[in-house]
Amino acid sequence: MTERRMIDILSSMPPELSEAVISRKVKGNEIWMEIPSSLLPPVASHIKNLWGAHLVTFHAVDNRALTGDFKLIVLMALSGEDDFVVLLTSVDPAFPQYPSLTPQIPCAEWYEREIMDLMGLRASGHPELKPLVLWDDWPEGIYPLRKDFDPAQIIPQEPHAYPYRRVEGSGVFEIPVGPVHAGVIEPGHFRFSVAGEPILNLEVRLGYVHRGVEKLSESTPYAKGVMLAERISGDNGFAHSLAYCQAVESLGGAQVPERALYLRTAYAELERIYNLLGDIGGIALDVAFNVAAQHAYILRERCMELNDFITGNRFLRGVNRLGGVWIDIPSDKISKILAQLVRFKLDIKEFSSLMLRSQSVLDRLETTGRIPLEVAKELELVGPVARASGLDRDVRRDHPYAAYRHLSFRVPLRREGDVNARLCVKLEELQESISLVEQALGSLPSGEITCSSFEVPEGRTAMSLVESPRGELVHWLISGKGGRPFRHKVRDASFHNWRAIEVAVQGEIVPDFPLINKSLNLSYAGNDL
Amino acid sequence: MLDIIRKGVLRKGIVTSDYPQEGTPRYAARLGFPKLRTDLCKAHHVCFRSCPTNAIQEREGEIKVDLGLCIFCAQCARSCPEGAWTMSPEIELAKRSRSDLLSSSSIENKSIQELGKSLDAMIGKVFGRSLAIREVDTGSCNACEVEVNALSNAVHDIERFGMHIVASPRHADLLLVTGPVTRNMERALMQTYKATPEPKLVVAVGACACSGGIFRESYAVRGGVDRMLPVDVYIPGCPPRPEAMIYGLMLAVGKLNDKSR
Ligand code: SF4
Repeated sequence: MTERRMIDILSSMPPELSEAVISRKVKGNEIWMEIPSSLLPPVASHIKNLWGAHLVTFHAVDNRALTGDFKLIVLMALSGEDDFVVLLTSVDPAFPQYPSLTPQIPCAEWYEREIMDLMGLRASGHPELKPLVLWDDWPEGIYPLRKDFDPAQIIPQEPHAYPYRRVEGSGVFEIPVGPVHAGVIEPGHFRFSVAGEPILNLEVRLGYVHRGVEKLSESTPYAKGVMLAERISGDNGFAHSLAYCQAVESLGGAQVPERALYLRTAYAELERIYNLLGDIGGIALDVAFNVAAQHAYILRERCMELNDFITGNRFLRGVNRLGGVWIDIPSDKISKILAQLVRFKLDIKEFSSLMLRSQSVLDRLETTGRIPLEVAKELELVGPVARASGLDRDVRRDHPYAAYRHLSFRVPLRREGDVNARLCVKLEELQESISLVEQALGSLPSGEITCSSFEVPEGRTAMSLVESPRGELVHWLISGKGGRPFRHKVRDASFHNWRAIEVAVQGEIVPDFPLINKSLNLSYAGNDL
Repeated sequence: MLDIIRKGVLRKGIVTSDYPQEGTPRYAARLGFPKLRTDLCKAHHVCFRSCPTNAIQEREGEIKVDLGLCIFCAQCARSCPEGAWTMSPEIELAKRSRSDLLSSSSIENKSIQELGKSLDAMIGKVFGRSLAIREVDTGSCNACEVEVNALSNAVHDIERFGMHIVASPRHADLLLVTGPVTRNMERALMQTYKATPEPKLVVAVGACACSGGIFRESYAVRGGVDRMLPVDVYIPGCPPRPEAMIYGLMLAVGKLNDKSR
């Protein structure tokens, strides 16, 4: 199947592209093509446009010790089937440049800034190549993801001013917000240019939460990497550790027992439930509908208590392990959980009608923070945010993992792309998630919850996509020496979705910003790594 | 509106937890902090190797856990062939000094009831019946923020102790700091501290803020708030439960009382 697809793709390419392909192979459901870096933009955009593919991740590997060059890897998901295209290209260390993908694939913009920061490869033709995750006083010429970077060195401080975009004109002024915010949220900086109330431009400056996760992972043995993955983005920790475990399992060719797959599905949905309730409560709070907000927060608290009851941890930490899970759910517990879920369903139904019936609330939500479908496509948005704009994308259905292929669920979709649409999508997803937990626990196969321990050979590559509560995320691993990754690329859902906020607030008034922000529920920690 | 009240509020009854009046919270945290049964320990040292943060240390022949580093992951308990480690459900672990976080097998703490009793009086005396808290995230994974936010929900409701979270450090008596202090947040943290009026308290929340936690060795973090600021109370956990934070906050208020006396 995938073989056939590769041939179709190659024959669809104009001869100057297809003839330049250096090598190609099929590995599982991945089509690998090695191409010269000069052809990266035309080949990638050909596959995107003709095959409806979307960019999943784009990153660099320091391969100098092995093959004498840097590698660039572009991962794209083909639509329709569970197939992927991996474009591989080489960059000469003596001339660390490659042609930018951004003009053809706008979503590549942040990836290329990140590659410049961490690996020191310059995307020529990039419209705005400025720092993304490293701080303003980071000196030029030191790239933390290169293999010759010494983590113990004292890094000199060289203050640079960050080049913010400027909007000029009479009556235009700037409002800087953050990194320490008024609410209890993560740090980031927002630079608004406003003329009176309406927002003319917003520039987001992130990177405050950059903890060097990818570098740290290279010195972390796989078993401990699970704990690190749980701490990439706190409230999406189960999804991250699941993606990490799945990637390591596929590196080592491990077979995870059925029961563990069902349990993982149930845990992943329990994580989604408490996250969705938090988002919904946040939206209610930001339109000053306090009664509904408190209602949602009480429900959320109950969900976290349920997590605690099942696993001993409110965030489901310490649950995933390589080859399965640590914590089983005995049948007497299952009946208690199912009873609790029935109660949740009633509460959520009541809550939805409370939330959606109030005209003054709808006034604030409808048409606010619109993200049109074209923008969602251009920026490759993911998760509930994409689905609220009509972009029908869900990893659980499109690239099923764990036990999703055996369970039935709907993927709620809206077209309006406003705050209200995002709220409605989330309310519907909540019901689907509860049903998924019920299905997974109701049909839990018997047997082991983990496979026997396994070795991970050196020099293999594996990836794993997971639908986190915020949307598609990916972990990409290349195995190295000593039971540790050689390269570990993490791409959180928010790395794509952050770009949407700059579009969604245009022309809106400043007081609606917190509401729009909440409806997108973006992760700073997951983005900055 | 009546409908809303009937549906949203009345039907729920009282949801606020009775912590600390009832002592330990309803849920015994099964993944709490690790305790070693020395009678079972055969010194295989498997736990030393399995711990992701090197929190287990040997001092003067005794095996101790640095609760400031520990992320409560249970790897020690899961790896020990003798079953010598158990994950204790205790949550009242906050300490006033970093060195007190190095625990041996037993942990002694002031009882929460004891602390709670004199609390009202203390807050009243020092801050005119209220304690204003500002949270600063210096690079946490957001789990600590989720729990800090939970402090103000109807279940944990710290307003019942006269504590509330304020929007600006200029209004704050206490800074609740989370995260391993990334190099990117260093300046913002110092500025926030400077903007907070005296007398002020700093509480480090979670393994990252106490010690740098799992990120301690990264090029991108400073590792622990006390490298930058004087810390008054450390609250271990990854993340600490809301009740553990309430306990730590009470300890901090007690400390403030000592300070101003
Ligand atoms: S619980 Fe985890 S972090 Fe804490 S001592 Fe045990 S292994 Fe180390």
